[in-house]
Amino acid sequence: MSIIVNGSATPLPPDPRVSLLDLLREHLKLTGTKKGCNQGACGACTVLLDGERVVSCLTLAVQAEGRAVTTVEGLAQSDKLHPLQQAFIDRDGFQCGYCTPGQICSAIGMAAELERGVPSHVTGDLTAGTIAASREELAERMSGNLCRCGAHNGIIDAIAATFISKEAAQPYRPDGPEMAA
Amino acid sequence: MNILEQAGEAAKGAAQGVLKKAIELAPDSWLPGGRPDPLIHHQHGHVGKPMSRIDGPLKVKGAARFSAEFPLVGMTYAAVAFSTIAKGRIATLDIKAAAEAPGVVLVMTHLNAPPMKPTPLFMTHSKAAGGDNLAVMQDDRIHWNGQPVAVVLAETQEQADHAKSLIRVEYEAEPATTSLAAAKAQGTGPGQFMGEPLKLEIGDAEARLVEAPHKISATYRTPRQNHNAIEPHAAMLVWNGEELRVHDSSQGVAHTAWSLAKIFDIDEKQVNVTSPYVGGGFGSKCLWQHQVLGAAAAKLAARPVRIALSREGVFRVVGGRSLTEQHVAIGAQPDGRFTSIIHTGVTVMTRHNAFPEPFIVATRSGYAADNFKLDVEVAYIDMVANTFMRAPGEAVGTFGLECAIDELAEELGMDPIELRIRNEPEKDPTEGTPFSSRHIVEAYRAGAERFGWSQRTAPGMRREGEWLVGMGCATGTYPYYRMPGGAARITLTRDGRATVAVAAHEMGMGTATVNMSIAAERLGLPLDHVSIEYGDSTLPGVILAGGSQQTASIGASVIAAQRVLVTELLKLAGNDSPLAGLGADQVGGYDAGLAKLDEPERHESYASILSRAGRDEVVAQASAPPPLELQHWSMHSYSAIFCEVRVNAVTGETRVSRVLGSFDCGRILNPKTAASQFRGGIIMGLGLALMEETEFDERNGRIMNASLADYHVPVHLDVPPIEVIWTDIPDPHTPMGAHGVGEIGITGTGAAVANAVYNATGKRIRDLPLTLDKLM
Ligand code: FES
Ligand code: FES
Repeated sequence: MSIIVNGSATPLPPDPRVSLLDLLREHLKLTGTKKGCNQGACGACTVLLDGERVVSCLTLAVQAEGRAVTTVEGLAQSDKLHPLQQAFIDRDGFQCGYCTPGQICSAIGMAAELERGVPSHVTGDLTAGTIAASREELAERMSGNLCRCGAHNGIIDAIAATFISKEAAQPYRPDGPEMAA
Repeated sequence: MNILEQAGEAAKGAAQGVLKKAIELAPDSWLPGGRPDPLIHHQHGHVGKPMSRIDGPLKVKGAARFSAEFPLVGMTYAAVAFSTIAKGRIATLDIKAAAEAPGVVLVMTHLNAPPMKPTPLFMTHSKAAGGDNLAVMQDDRIHWNGQPVAVVLAETQEQADHAKSLIRVEYEAEPATTSLAAAKAQGTGPGQFMGEPLKLEIGDAEARLVEAPHKISATYRTPRQNHNAIEPHAAMLVWNGEELRVHDSSQGVAHTAWSLAKIFDIDEKQVNVTSPYVGGGFGSKCLWQHQVLGAAAAKLAARPVRIALSREGVFRVVGGRSLTEQHVAIGAQPDGRFTSIIHTGVTVMTRHNAFPEPFIVATRSGYAADNFKLDVEVAYIDMVANTFMRAPGEAVGTFGLECAIDELAEELGMDPIELRIRNEPEKDPTEGTPFSSRHIVEAYRAGAERFGWSQRTAPGMRREGEWLVGMGCATGTYPYYRMPGGAARITLTRDGRATVAVAAHEMGMGTATVNMSIAAERLGLPLDHVSIEYGDSTLPGVILAGGSQQTASIGASVIAAQRVLVTELLKLAGNDSPLAGLGADQVGGYDAGLAKLDEPERHESYASILSRAGRDEVVAQASAPPPLELQHWSMHSYSAIFCEVRVNAVTGETRVSRVLGSFDCGRILNPKTAASQFRGGIIMGLGLALMEETEFDERNGRIMNASLADYHVPVHLDVPPIEVIWTDIPDPHTPMGAHGVGEIGITGTGAAVANAVYNATGKRIRDLPLTLDKLM
């Protein structure tokens, strides 16, 4: 009866009401995963469950029994940041940083969905084998992760630069705005 | 006491009048900002270079600790029960089942809460932080629907939440005022903001309006809104004897510590509030009931408490932006010159706060005219106390004003940008003071060019399939503030490292990052030799992260502290130094030491000065001068916001397809983080324009959409690429030549969107948000 969190086996909590989010934050002190609403509306608590993104506030810890959970703390390899984490810094994909762990975990899960050809609301041709990862596709698929600081441009930019191509990230020019005069 | 000192006293409080005039007339050189900050001329240093956030690695790894995330031994979890009536009293309280539920440590109600003094209301004292002036949980009175009536502490959050659900409260309701119509019918009172009446009459605006050959007169409405920072409010509180330790999410640590001390009747020094990271604030992260309840419960239970509000709890306990109903009328000559500007209307607040949404402030200095009538009237509603939310006043006030100008431009047959430029004032039109630095025309010209404004068609003329496409623009302004109370401490060590300590805040603005680069530049040190201490009430200064003033306040404080430091160093350097004989004004930080400003070869390193003097460190602390410059010049940040929208002709759905913000905000200190501030403000402005509304049940005063599922904020697909450009012209009268950048982005954006929607559809919507039902 255990859950594998970032590679380590963890016993299930004694109280079955404990959500996966609270297991992480309160029992394991993995506070990188954030609580923005506790009701599935903001995405701040997004983690990867067997590689798929889930909102951990709406996942009971017991539902994760025997499964592998990856949180934001599990992404960097010792001192080396995950490329997406580095891209968030480079493209200024956050301000306060509270939505950031959720955005990053969600984007990693989203990239895998794209790769598997899972369509979204804005996907045009459902019969085409691969889905063109337009900025619109990325934005639609990331829309469950709210950011109130308004770092949206930098976030999509970081995701595009990491999973699509440097060119796809161009339009937002995060640190090269031109001067007016 | 000389005249400026007297004026400084006056600026702090009451009797202004004559002294205000004296400040206006005083020579520039007598005033803070009278001599340009030497840093303005440093063109090749750290300042002005894009720099990534220094807390970036921590934040992307999830390792930055927010206020609910500190491990405390023996901690209890709090859950809060809220009233379900708007006004009356608690008749019966049944807490038996809750108290007996598993894991429960305490149930606190007004019957057992410790004695507490009323909360010091914001602006009643320089350090008052309260959203209202009520005493917390001291009696059975209910003042709003959602007021906390009980707090449960338990060993786990699950236990606390469950026990809370077992509490039964019965109320004796009294007639409450919960609708705007009823509140207005009871009569309105005059609004006051920052100690001044929100009322201004110059000439005879009504008469000139009647005579004007061209005019617009319309009513604009903006709804309630909530900040909805993604981090819900949370505090962790521990008493050690009479000392209170608070981990808070705060934009006013010194204010909160002082206010909590007043409430618990202890010395300010006995309260320590820290807040290293704040998960978004936007005006909401000051002192509300949860910190007070947490401290009271911790005292009663003699255990540490974590009180983390649920998302619903944030809506119930923390106020948001109030609604406005604005009347805007402008009279103009055939050439477009304004003769009369009228901006009046009503907002609502409560009897226990003092913050009328000041929607006329941008109108006071926006455009030239000889006749003004500005007036904010207040009606009173029984609700949670409203408060400041990003660009209070301007964010919604510019919606009315800038839509009206767009309407008038059409009536005149003029381009709306040209109409604005025609009415560009030479000096502040209502104060008469000169502008310290105003280049809005340049911002408009550059923005229009880059955005392709010349492609704009007549209303309703551009259609692409189902989509009607239009362009709009609007001006944003936000005052330059520097609040009294700024102070800083610089500690310089013999190895040439400096630490700057200020009781300031990092909510995502990039405070620590930008101030590190400024301090390094000022002291002439490499970036990695400077560190910033902030977010702790025991550090120097009373520095609110509000009014977009934090960087100015820190800047002026560090300038003052550096002067003390330099004076001390020159003393230590003595006669054997190349600096011998120089005064503090003649030298500056250069190449890890001090140098004569106009002769950098006369230099001695900090290490050399300190070793010769046999000192390990020098500590210098000073306060910033009172902000008299605000009365001597008219000081503001400016923007020209351009927007392209696509409105679906069938469904009325509006999509914003392009936005460009062209800013005139003095010198941009860190282009990378400033661009994010601009974009962030604009995006909140898109929310204000298109979807945000706190739904208030006018029958019972309850907020109906107290969740992020029901209160809509812009999501990724709502946000187009946002281009930001800026003039980068330093203001010679501000520290670093900078203006605030945090709130300017939201101002003007609502009007730019509404004007674009009009241009797309020919439909003028004067009622925010611009939801599709209004466009069908
Ligand atoms: S905390 Fe889970 S979605 Fe908001
Ligand atoms: S960075 Fe603050 S909410 Fe996204």
